[in-house]
Amino acid sequence: MTANEWLPLAVLASSLLPGLIIFVLPEGWIGLRTTLNLVGAIAKLVLVGVLLAGVAAGTEYGVRLAVLPGLDLAFKADALGLLFITLSAVLWLFTTLYAIGYLEGAPHRSRFFGFFSLCVTATMGIAMAANLFTFFVFYELLTLSTFPLVVHRGTDKAMKGGTIYLAYTLAGGTALLTGIVWLHHLLGHTEFAHTGIAAALGPEQAIQLKTIFLLLIAGVGVKAALVPLHGWLPQAMVAPAPVSALLHAVAVVKAGAFGIVRIVYEIYGVEFAQALDLLTPLAILAAITIVWGSFRALFQDDLKKRLAYSTVSQVSYIALGVALFGPIGTIGGLVHLVHQGIMKITLFFCAGNYAETLGIHKVSEMDGAGRRMPLTTIAFTIAALGMIGVPATAGAVSKAWLSAGAAAAGMGWAVWVLWTSSLLNAAYFLPILWRVWFRPRLLAWPDEHIPARPWHETAWLLLLPPLITATFTLAFGLFADSPASPLAWAKLIAEREYRAQRSDAPASPPHE
Amino acid sequence: MTGLILLPLAWASLAFVLGPGRGKWLAIGGLSAQAWLAFDLAAKVGAGGTALLHPVGGWGAPLGIDLAADGLSAVMLLLVQCIALPLAIHAGAYFKRGDAAGAYFWPLAGFLIAGLNALFLSADLFNLYVTLELVGLAAVGLVAAGGGAQQVAAALRYLFATLVGSGLYLLGVALIHGAYGTVSIAILTPLVTSDAPRLVWIAGGLMLAGLMVKTALFPFHTWLPSAHGNAPAPVSALLSALVVKASFYLILRLWLGPLAPLTSAIAWLPALLGALAILWGSWQAIRAERLKRLIAYSTVAQLGYLFLIFPLLPGTDALEAGIMQAFAHGLAKAAMFVAAGVIIEATGRESVMDLSGAAGHLPLTLFAFGLAGMTLMGLPPSAGFLAKWLLIEAALDRGHWGLVAVVLAGGLLAAVYVFRVLRQAFLLAPADAVVKSVPRRLEWVAFLLAAASVLLGLRGVDLVRLLGAGA
Amino acid sequence: MTSGLLFASTGALLFALGLAGVILIAHLLRRILAFNVMGSGAFLILVGLAQDNDIPDPVPQAMVLTGIVVAVAATALALALTRRLHALTGEVELPRDEA
Repeated sequence: MTANEWLPLAVLASSLLPGLIIFVLPEGWIGLRTTLNLVGAIAKLVLVGVLLAGVAAGTEYGVRLAVLPGLDLAFKADALGLLFITLSAVLWLFTTLYAIGYLEGAPHRSRFFGFFSLCVTATMGIAMAANLFTFFVFYELLTLSTFPLVVHRGTDKAMKGGTIYLAYTLAGGTALLTGIVWLHHLLGHTEFAHTGIAAALGPEQAIQLKTIFLLLIAGVGVKAALVPLHGWLPQAMVAPAPVSALLHAVAVVKAGAFGIVRIVYEIYGVEFAQALDLLTPLAILAAITIVWGSFRALFQDDLKKRLAYSTVSQVSYIALGVALFGPIGTIGGLVHLVHQGIMKITLFFCAGNYAETLGIHKVSEMDGAGRRMPLTTIAFTIAALGMIGVPATAGAVSKAWLSAGAAAAGMGWAVWVLWTSSLLNAAYFLPILWRVWFRPRLLAWPDEHIPARPWHETAWLLLLPPLITATFTLAFGLFADSPASPLAWAKLIAEREYRAQRSDAPASPPHE
Repeated sequence: MTGLILLPLAWASLAFVLGPGRGKWLAIGGLSAQAWLAFDLAAKVGAGGTALLHPVGGWGAPLGIDLAADGLSAVMLLLVQCIALPLAIHAGAYFKRGDAAGAYFWPLAGFLIAGLNALFLSADLFNLYVTLELVGLAAVGLVAAGGGAQQVAAALRYLFATLVGSGLYLLGVALIHGAYGTVSIAILTPLVTSDAPRLVWIAGGLMLAGLMVKTALFPFHTWLPSAHGNAPAPVSALLSALVVKASFYLILRLWLGPLAPLTSAIAWLPALLGALAILWGSWQAIRAERLKRLIAYSTVAQLGYLFLIFPLLPGTDALEAGIMQAFAHGLAKAAMFVAAGVIIEATGRESVMDLSGAAGHLPLTLFAFGLAGMTLMGLPPSAGFLAKWLLIEAALDRGHWGLVAVVLAGGLLAAVYVFRVLRQAFLLAPADAVVKSVPRRLEWVAFLLAAASVLLGLRGVDLVRLLGAGA
Repeated sequence: MTSGLLFASTGALLFALGLAGVILIAHLLRRILAFNVMGSGAFLILVGLAQDNDIPDPVPQAMVLTGIVVAVAATALALALTRRLHALTGEVELPRDEA
């Protein structure tokens, strides 16, 4: 086996093996468990670094294993997959650190970190899947490995949330499976390829292909929380904060969004999808989700629920970008995959800090929190401004490219959708910022766990991760043009996706 | 080949002579040797690509008995040994010395396994009848071993069902013999044509009906939940994983062999009953109060999948789907019953509602239950998923969308009853819960079986290849 | 009608009667008897059809012998279980199955 073959497997193993060992560790072995977690996370980062360098230079990484005659479990590490892998690997490290601090002294930590590692493994598998079959295998593994995390607290409320989560995701999985087997039946394979594979079928199969598209998008749309399939997301908020961070920024919703990207670009092919009239309905659905999610977020007093509805809205930016026919929209959608992850994980880390330190769960309880926890609140502010799309943040870059993409694709209405969403974002984030910074604290904190000391607003393990990800939010906005930014990588992907079909890949950013 | 039949007979008889409760190590040693023999046979069949024939004692048919092994037999033999060996290790720890329920476990299990192995190697209809009865009687004995009124009643109910089933089968064999003067499958297969006399049609119908009773196909399933739901855990595991598969195998043999020209008219009947079994069994599992009864009803549902393949035979993927399902369900259901046994042993409670906190006390067992559940739900990468995939592809090949819908609905229903258990187990334990410690070996057996049922999904290609050998 | 066919027809009748008995009768002892009637019917058919041309065929005879052994074993097991049930519950009928 050559290095190009085992590297993708090593990326999987770097979280799978620690996870499996952690499962059987006794609860008290904190040191070994932490070491395993961190060694795995760092090893994964190193491996991903090697892959990034290789893929940028044009190396192809891939391996396949026959499961049935004519059916392979196949992995590849391409530019698009690596975008998602890098995001997950980096955020996994921070989420692990955060979770170690967050769960200090809590019961069942071996189980938690075991499933946590499985969850990341499943995400890696989704990112590296080289065909829809493999994608599905890891997509369902993700469902199963996140369920124990969602219900981790073991309360009735957690069970209810977990059950709703399962009902949605398993039903979605069934739709996805139907679509995949059907496609496999028609084509004989489901390999991802740059120009798509569905075009190989004649026009007489257009109706079937449209139905399959509907099934596939419904399947991944559940995890991507497309309206009306988003109902599980606010319910799953009962999970501990690191899990919410994982669900929203790294794993679950991203897996759904990533699935949409793969299906549109590498199964149907963007040209063929446009020819079948599939992109406009997808764009409309994404637009509805963007507005509806933001609108619902306005009325949530529970901080995590407000963030959840914000996720519903923000993730559909990715779907919108994908559905905008043209490379500029593609770049906007892909870069938002990373930017939304960085910003949203910051927000969830901060929400967890407020809850763990002061017992704040509701927006109405946040008055004056900025004075008590300035660093957390600065991180929160940066991320919230990024979500609104204030210049110099990562969110601004996403929105600029998306708007330009919409204009370029002749979908002027999508620009208006983005503006409306920005206004709504401002409407539900700015009041929070107002409360935390400018309203005085009149009452005692609801449930103060960690006493205030100078330079110690909360535990360091809880504080560092959001500060770092908030820094990323600024850096990706300020240095978007640097060759190491997510934007540069998204351009590389768009160039490779469109190169096969057309030669006018964009070289310069839109009006900025 | 004869080793696979003689070895279990030998250790079973020795265990009987040694006295109640003894013979554990004999059984484990014997089963290890059998497992090696089964793998060896599979390798030979796979390498040769043809069926192997062995006239017992040098006397061939019609006066003597022929044993035959093709890919299908080899796969079923592998299934038996691969499940029986871990279950023997489990049973060794499960039955304590002097435990009345385990007094005659080893001899009966040995005879059961000898019967199963002989059944999968038999090449004529009458020999199949004898092995079928041997399996049935040993299984009834195992069910009754608990000795309580519940168990004895369940055993009797099971006994009458199995006797009716094999009686019908025997009548069919008699009619076939009357019509053709032979019971050898190989000789009969070319003789039976679609213009066969009505007597042969009746015979075929009787045999299939009898075997369906024994496989507990809806609506003949009524004996199964009490028999499998009341026996000790290792027994339930043996019965659900292996015994019902024996009569299914026989149906498959007849369907693909002698009765092939007659089946096209009724191919939809088993599929229809199978679909009803999936829906009804799942529904009953969702409602069941006791954990073991839930698992038993899940068997009723899972057996339904096996019958969905009949309208698709002979065709690509259909046989593979059925055998993959039989294999996957065998491993997963054995794991599930073992896990349930551990939970009941540890908590002393049988009801699903009393499982709260089990995930905290018995994480490995619950993990095993979850993995086995994955296979039953048909989630990837389990072997159950491959079975489902093959089944859907085969159905699409023929344009049978109804079957696709049933398969998918069955998966979702399975998720409802599997997660009904898991979510209860994840709830916080009540303060007054008392949990006994159980031997770790019990937990590990459940885990290994469940893990095998999932990991087999990654090696499905080998199973399919072996199945194709000598067919 | 040859004697063989007569045997076979009788056998079919016995089998049907026995089967109905096993399914319908609640009393366990009578049920076991019915099973034996059913079995005898099958054996009659096996031997009867084979004797159609008045030359006895040894193979079905051997089969019937084997079959009788199996039936005796099954009957013994059924009787033992019935006795056990009687000792435990005082009934010779099956209790209702749990829902």
